[in-house]
Amino acid sequence: MEPVLSVRGLRTHFVTRERTVKAVDGISYDLFPGKTMAIVGESGSGKSVHALSILGLLPMPPAKIVAGEILFQGRDLLKMTPAQMREVRGNRVAMIFQEPMTSLNPVLRVGEQIAEAVVLHQKKTQAEAWAKAVDLLKKVGIPHPEQRVNDYPHQFSGGMRQRAMIAIALSCEPDVLIADEPTTALDVTIQAQILELMKDLQREYKTAIILITHNIGVVAEMADDVVVMYAGRPVEQAPVGELFKNPKHPYTKGLLASVPSIYERKERLEAIAGQPPDLGAGDLVGCPFVARCSCAMDRCKTEDPPQFHLEGGRMSNCWKSEEDGGRRTHRFKSAEEAAA
Amino acid sequence: MSATPILEVRGVKKHYAARAGMFGEKTSVKAVDGVSFSVMPQESFAVVGESGCGKTTLGKLVLALEKPTEGRVLFEGHDVAKMSRAELKAMRARMQVIFQDPYSSLNPRMTVERIITEPWDIHGLHKDPAERSRRLHKLLDDCGIAKSFLDRHPHEFSGGQRQRVGIARALALEPRLIVADEPVSALDVSIQAQVLNLLKDLQKERNLAYLFISHDFSVVRHLCTRIAVMYLGRVVEAADSETLFNDPQHPYTEALLSAVPVPDPSIEKRRKRILLTGDVPSPLKPPSGCRFHPRCRYVVDACRTQDPALAEARAGHLAACAVLPFKDKRSDAALVAV
Ligand SMILES: Nc1ncnc2c1ncn2[C@@H]1O[C@H](COP(=O)(O)OP(=O)(O)OP(=O)(O)O)[C@@H](O)[C@H]1O
Ligand SMILES: Nc1ncnc2c1ncn2[C@@H]1O[C@H](COP(=O)(O)OP(=O)(O)O)[C@@H](O)[C@H]1O
Ligand code: SF4
Ligand code: SF4
Ligand SMILES: [Mg+2]
Ligand SMILES: [Mg+2]
Repeated sequence: MEPVLSVRGLRTHFVTRERTVKAVDGISYDLFPGKTMAIVGESGSGKSVHALSILGLLPMPPAKIVAGEILFQGRDLLKMTPAQMREVRGNRVAMIFQEPMTSLNPVLRVGEQIAEAVVLHQKKTQAEAWAKAVDLLKKVGIPHPEQRVNDYPHQFSGGMRQRAMIAIALSCEPDVLIADEPTTALDVTIQAQILELMKDLQREYKTAIILITHNIGVVAEMADDVVVMYAGRPVEQAPVGELFKNPKHPYTKGLLASVPSIYERKERLEAIAGQPPDLGAGDLVGCPFVARCSCAMDRCKTEDPPQFHLEGGRMSNCWKSEEDGGRRTHRFKSAEEAAA
Repeated sequence: MSATPILEVRGVKKHYAARAGMFGEKTSVKAVDGVSFSVMPQESFAVVGESGCGKTTLGKLVLALEKPTEGRVLFEGHDVAKMSRAELKAMRARMQVIFQDPYSSLNPRMTVERIITEPWDIHGLHKDPAERSRRLHKLLDDCGIAKSFLDRHPHEFSGGQRQRVGIARALALEPRLIVADEPVSALDVSIQAQVLNLLKDLQKERNLAYLFISHDFSVVRHLCTRIAVMYLGRVVEAADSETLFNDPQHPYTEALLSAVPVPDPSIEKRRKRILLTGDVPSPLKPPSGCRFHPRCRYVVDACRTQDPALAEARAGHLAACAVLPFKDKRSDAALVAV
């Protein structure tokens, strides 16, 4: 199967006079139709910046895509004109955000906002678009959609707003849905409803989903494949079952050991000491995880580990993976290579 | 464990005046609507529930920051509503609070040293400099705060570090009870684990009791030994932690537990999930009869009119449901396959 989206060595930096923040510094992956790729990592690890880079939604400057390719059905999104990008965005690649209130227009009825998206992307009359809006609200499980279509966003609960956002995202039957912390602001029972809805719709439309989250439980429930991010880079990539059964990177190991579970009472959680590096404090030297890593070796302090390919399509950015027989690659091409 | 509770909450209600409907009829938000429980010394007691169910309001009533509309809060046997100013001050030394948001709960103009030691000045304690310094350094050690932090300000620290400072301040007066409202919810997982371990260690070393308010069952299972589940201003189930997780007796708890994702894909793949329909109803107009009936899959006719009281379903296990506890075997028919 061909990937629907391939990200290759994407680097997005924020460049200001005072400093450069390497918010995303070399991420690559393939996303396949009907599959879910989870991007997991702590706050500030670059998850959202990576997503906004795909959609061309970052303010530039200060943001700057320093290197990389984003191939959507074989065409590089980074080389598209603004008009071409608008066509892709909302038509082929849609996004839902953490806080639906900020992404819905408060002065427009929910129905108008969905109908607007429908008219924009499909040749439909106003009346047809309105009927489609009712349909979509029904599909995402809003009760009494014929009435609720007339409501304003503030008349919806948080869960209903997220459903309305999903309805807008689905109005064009996108090939790729990017969901940035779609359930973080919701209660667990509502989260369960929304995740179930996303799974149903994925089955129906074969949508490929990029699910951005910091919730390890949500990853376990939803993902086929996982990219673990730390300090702006991927540190490990693997199919979900393999990642949980046999994490390779010390950060992934620590992360998985530090989550409490309702299934068992652990006497102690294995916390990772310290905290992530400040990405704005200048260039990192060596491995970004070295200060917190219990396996750190001398070379980790000075040499940034490259990406190692391991068996089963896995990747780990750790010197230990060299000992495990990993095949060395680069996270991104160097500036000279990219220029050549 | 002695037999006298450190905290007793008896039939407490808090109603806020509000307006509802097109004509703005006067009504009230029943934020807390008849809650009773007690916390024993050295016990970690959790209040769990979804947003808006009244957890924070309950915390404020316990801390005497709000006056109950009805009912009583007893701290070490004394009604907090009847305390004089001096008595309240003395009580506040023995009952401290940790907030969710380490960003806004610390005074940005104070140094870390000032933040931690201010409670001593308020209460006129530890004036001897040597004594003061010894105690301060013990607190820093216990809470994992570097000495170099002392003359710096909160904005220079990460969320986890700030939460440690908040904890050190709460411990300064050697309280017996700590009310913690979502103390780790704003923190990233790896930092959350550090703070949870710290709270657990401190409890053991200092014989603390916790009233731990949270929406996160995984965190609560790790830290707490007894749990009360709230729904729309009421406690619907209360039991010791292991019993509640293994054998929930209220349909809401059962659904809530099944909705929490488990960080293990092999479990998630074969897990059944009970999907609740709809949202939590408004506390302005709670449903008639059992408040959970519009979303309950066990509902029978009586549930629409009769409000079930919190009653013993098993020894020491309370549930406010007229149906579930008496079912021998629960049907799995309504479970949704994931
Ligand atoms: N407009 C901006 N200007 C400068 N730096 C930025 C900007 N937006 C983001 N950053 C920086 O980029 C890094 C990654 O941010 P990003 O928002 O992607 O993190 P995240 O993983 O989504 O975190 P969270 O979970 O908190 O949303 C952070 O260090 C952040 O401070
Ligand atoms: N000062 C207030 N005035 C009016 N309503 C309030 C006030 N404080 C809380 N409420 C309402 O009481 C209910 C419970 O609130 P709260 O205890 O803050 O919930 P939680 O902390 O569980 O999220 C909510 O419906 C909330 O809107
Ligand atoms: S490269 Fe070294 S410091 Fe980095 S994760 Fe691997 S062992 Fe730890
Ligand atoms: S009393 Fe009836 S409606 Fe309420 S929880 Fe029990 S079965 Fe459900
Ligand atoms: Mg984000
Ligand atoms: Mg609250």
